[in-house]
Amino acid sequence: MSNYITLSYFDLVLAASFLLINGALSMGMKLGLERKLAIAALRMTVQLVLVGLLLKSLFSILSPWLTLLVAIAMATFAGREIWARQNRRLSGIWGFGLGTGAMGFAGAGVTLIALLTMIGTDPWWTPRYALPMFGMILGNAMTGISLAQNSLHTAVVRERAAIEAKILLGADRWHALRPVLRQALHAGFIPTINGMAATGIVSLPGMMTGQILSGIEPTEAVKYQLLITFLIAGATGLGVLLATFGSVWRLSDDRHRLRLDRLTKAKDDDG
Amino acid sequence: MLIVTNLTRLMIGPVSFTIQDGECVALTGPSGAGKSVLLRAIADLDPNEGQVQSDGLIRSTTPAPLWRKQVSMLPADSGWWQDQVSAHFANPDRMRPHLASVDLPADAMDWNVARLSTGEKHRLALLRCLENDPSVLLLDEPTAALDHNTTLLIEALLQKQLANGTSILIVTHDTEQPKRLANRILHLEAGRLSEVDA
Repeated sequence: MSNYITLSYFDLVLAASFLLINGALSMGMKLGLERKLAIAALRMTVQLVLVGLLLKSLFSILSPWLTLLVAIAMATFAGREIWARQNRRLSGIWGFGLGTGAMGFAGAGVTLIALLTMIGTDPWWTPRYALPMFGMILGNAMTGISLAQNSLHTAVVRERAAIEAKILLGADRWHALRPVLRQALHAGFIPTINGMAATGIVSLPGMMTGQILSGIEPTEAVKYQLLITFLIAGATGLGVLLATFGSVWRLSDDRHRLRLDRLTKAKDDDG
Repeated sequence: MLIVTNLTRLMIGPVSFTIQDGECVALTGPSGAGKSVLLRAIADLDPNEGQVQSDGLIRSTTPAPLWRKQVSMLPADSGWWQDQVSAHFANPDRMRPHLASVDLPADAMDWNVARLSTGEKHRLALLRCLENDPSVLLLDEPTAALDHNTTLLIEALLQKQLANGTSILIVTHDTEQPKRLANRILHLEAGRLSEVDA
């Protein structure tokens, strides 16, 4: 990392000035975007500065419990995001619990195995490695699971007549719900698959770009990126499978009925 | 034969009644009285309480898919999940000759579901129900979307089922239909069933 270039605050202000130009254009053309742009930029700045400070102190304190606490907080926020992004949710604790549980289990499991075997730091939970990795895996699993569950919960309502027609002809619940299950799994997997396919040709991943900018050899950065992408894809796939099969199980019962009464509609479409 | 004992679901019941082999019972009542709800409950499509039996099968000890093959329900709006009609039948070639009995040509099996009229969908859905050789038919307004002649044709098909010993419970708003088809009329109102003179 000998050729790492430290940024000055002036550099950041200069970079932000491009946003100011956008804001000015928006005002000039009466697009009404300047307020949203300003708020989003401000929010991001405050959040990142706080996270930077938090990570700095976490890295120096080096406490396993504090690291665990932060990881749980991250998973809770991501779980709430899954919940908020669905137009129809499982009622009761399942609405938050199933998506969050699937994401937490898959994300934590994959991160744990990676830390213990591939990364191999001492101690294995060193927050400098554990938290950013967990965050990246969690973020992608969150997107996949929310897309899959939203697809499933919308489709069972739309396809109710077809699903019940199959059930009435003597199909079991897994057979009757297979088409919507497949659709939901596709919706959950597609971002990961597309992301992998386009990587390196259309765009360089943010993490790899960051490593290259901070002076790491591109070939080394690629190795890291591959490792992380495999972990992300694995965890997202596992989380999507768990959450989707869980939803199908919850939306039907042991008498092979479709249980739409276990689904509630979000009050307003703010997600 | 269908034996319903103390069936309870939402605002309905407890209701009890029996339909003999080869007997047709018409189910009447004002809109919203829960006629479809009652049919769904017998088919075990919604959670409900009570005992239901059919030809020696006790519902609570019978796997639900098997129960629904023996006690077959035709809902008011039929469901389709593939593009082609034939994909909705377990054995389309076996059922092809029976298309005439619902006034459809033999190539209707190869039609696209998207081009079917409501009445055609209804008739094909009825045929689909019969494919499992059910001993009880629960029919929710099977002729509502059909003209008079086609209605009579469907009723003839149902008569044939009755002659084979099938028990039929049919929901209808047509006041003439029970006279042509039903042995008895059950009237559902305010959650209670009562026998009406045919």
